[in-house]
Amino acid sequence: MSLVLDVRDATKVYGAGETAVHALRGVSLQVEPGDYVAIMGASGSGKSTLMNIIGCLDVPSAGRFHLDGVDVGALDDRRQAVVRNRKIGFVFQSFNLIPRMTALANVELPLAYGGVRPAERRRRALAALELVGLADRVNHQPNELSGGQQQRVAIARALVNSPALLLADEPTGALDSTSTLDVLGIFDRLSAAGRTIVVITHEADVAEHAKRVVRLRDGRIVEDIRLAPVDGLPPRLREVTA
Amino acid sequence: MSAVEIVRFAVRGLAANKMRSALTTLGILIGVAAVILLVAVGEGSSQSIQRNIQQLGANTLTVSSSTGGGGGGFRMARPQQDSGPRTQARPLTVDDARALADRTAAPHVSSVSPVVSAASRAASYDGASHTVQQVVGTYPSYFEASNKPVAKGTYFFNDDVLAARKVVVIGQTVAENLFGTLDPVGRQITITGVPFTVVGVLKEAGASGGFQDADDVAIAPLPAVQQSLTGFGPLNQILVKAGSADDVAAAQAEITAVLDQRHGVGGAVAADYQILNQATLQETVSAATSTFTVLLAAVAAISLLVGGIGITNIMLVTVTERTREIGIRKAVGAPRGAILGQFLVEATLLSLIGGLLGVAVAMTGAQFTIAGITPVVVPSSVVLALGVSVAIGLFFGSYPANRAAKLRPIEALRFE
Repeated sequence: MSLVLDVRDATKVYGAGETAVHALRGVSLQVEPGDYVAIMGASGSGKSTLMNIIGCLDVPSAGRFHLDGVDVGALDDRRQAVVRNRKIGFVFQSFNLIPRMTALANVELPLAYGGVRPAERRRRALAALELVGLADRVNHQPNELSGGQQQRVAIARALVNSPALLLADEPTGALDSTSTLDVLGIFDRLSAAGRTIVVITHEADVAEHAKRVVRLRDGRIVEDIRLAPVDGLPPRLREVTA
Repeated sequence: MSAVEIVRFAVRGLAANKMRSALTTLGILIGVAAVILLVAVGEGSSQSIQRNIQQLGANTLTVSSSTGGGGGGFRMARPQQDSGPRTQARPLTVDDARALADRTAAPHVSSVSPVVSAASRAASYDGASHTVQQVVGTYPSYFEASNKPVAKGTYFFNDDVLAARKVVVIGQTVAENLFGTLDPVGRQITITGVPFTVVGVLKEAGASGGFQDADDVAIAPLPAVQQSLTGFGPLNQILVKAGSADDVAAAQAEITAVLDQRHGVGGAVAADYQILNQATLQETVSAATSTFTVLLAAVAAISLLVGGIGITNIMLVTVTERTREIGIRKAVGAPRGAILGQFLVEATLLSLIGGLLGVAVAMTGAQFTIAGITPVVVPSSVVLALGVSVAIGLFFGSYPANRAAKLRPIEALRFE
């Protein structure tokens, strides 16, 4: 089976010489399709750097990185944009919705850049919003939505292009406990539906929802635990349904 | 990502900051409107001056004596330096005029009108009085040569000149001031106490901006004016009409030859008369007015440039302010071209809307008379101003747009 994510010996150095900071010191990580991986670590452990590299927002200083079979490092600017558009869905800690654009327009954005026709775009965006339970909020602007609702819009935006990988950076970091449960519930259901998800977090309760937990420390993977099989259901969802 | 989509994003971006967009647009609007309107004012004044010159009469040459005190005084003070045979300039006489009318010596001259004039003479009729700016004594050919048609009544004729009859053709201003609504033709007025019979009223020449009132005039036969007003002194000028526009230069040469001979001009003796050519005058004046127009346009162009810098400024602020948004767009897969396009279209839309509104304002403004001048919109200035405004949008927008497009997504997202 081809890997969704294949990182080999990735290193990342910020700055140079005396002041050089080694954010990643040789990380190798393989993720199979359908897996739900939580990457954990304290701040400064290099998890955000790893996330940026996986999300094609940054390039590693050394090492190889394949996303869904594509060597991203070898791509030019334009193709990287296409990869970000088609293969990755981002969910950020701070939601990162575009202000003064309705929820629907925000969700439509990746489709617009992907060149989908307006009618099809609207249909798919509405379906994605339906999926996260916000069908009644499509015409609200971000500042008219609660934090949990904004994050659900962001998830809908990440999903709308059916990406190979859903990448979430501290998705519950800015949310209250109820909204956190909402969001994690959505991730569980997505995972159960076969989506590949990588969540970056420092909270243990969030990591408990994943099928696999990878722990980073000082730019190295120090622990890699599997909580549930790749082709099974996510652990917490199984508890709920059981 | 279609072009329509990029334009939609740009419009949405502009609409998000309506006040700012409106003010930026205003800068361009003022620039474009100023360019069009000031060029129109320049063109309008140029055309009105040209019209005034043409009103003086087409194909005419004005001969006037140059016995100015300066030249004469100079000669008398330093007689030893005067190498010529005479020390006194000769005035223009009726005999000079007759000599110019000689068909063999001056074949290109079609008519000659000797002119004497008296300034500011009191005229009265039945208790009403008016000071006529200029009383002219001349021959009937003067009316045609100086382009003064009669609206009511008739001209006077050669018989009137020979008989020195006291008849007069008056201008509109004189007619209105002396007669009001009455018909002046056939009535007798007195000019400085001398009775004249009005035979005609000139067609209104219209107020000519900057020039004296061309309608405040009374024209009578030459001997009549000489007898009663000016005395039999020298002529003020001789108005010569050439056969056609092409003959003006030849006629000028012939006049020079005739007068040089009659006045003993030649060798070291300087001419004691001067010939004013309408065409030369027209050229000089149009050169002056076009300089004036260029100057106006330059001032306006500077304001357009300032408007353009305003666009750069606002777009730079916008890009900085929306750095995060740019990061988000890039994270969801916006290619560089789309970001570049969006900000470039935003800048161009600002300048285009400003330009179009500026054209509208200028067109509206051109309907009014500005400082006594009716502006004449020059189509090329509209096209140029609009084109320049769009170019300004593209040019001044390209720097901020490029900056936005080059932002690395990770840096843009981290930006607070």
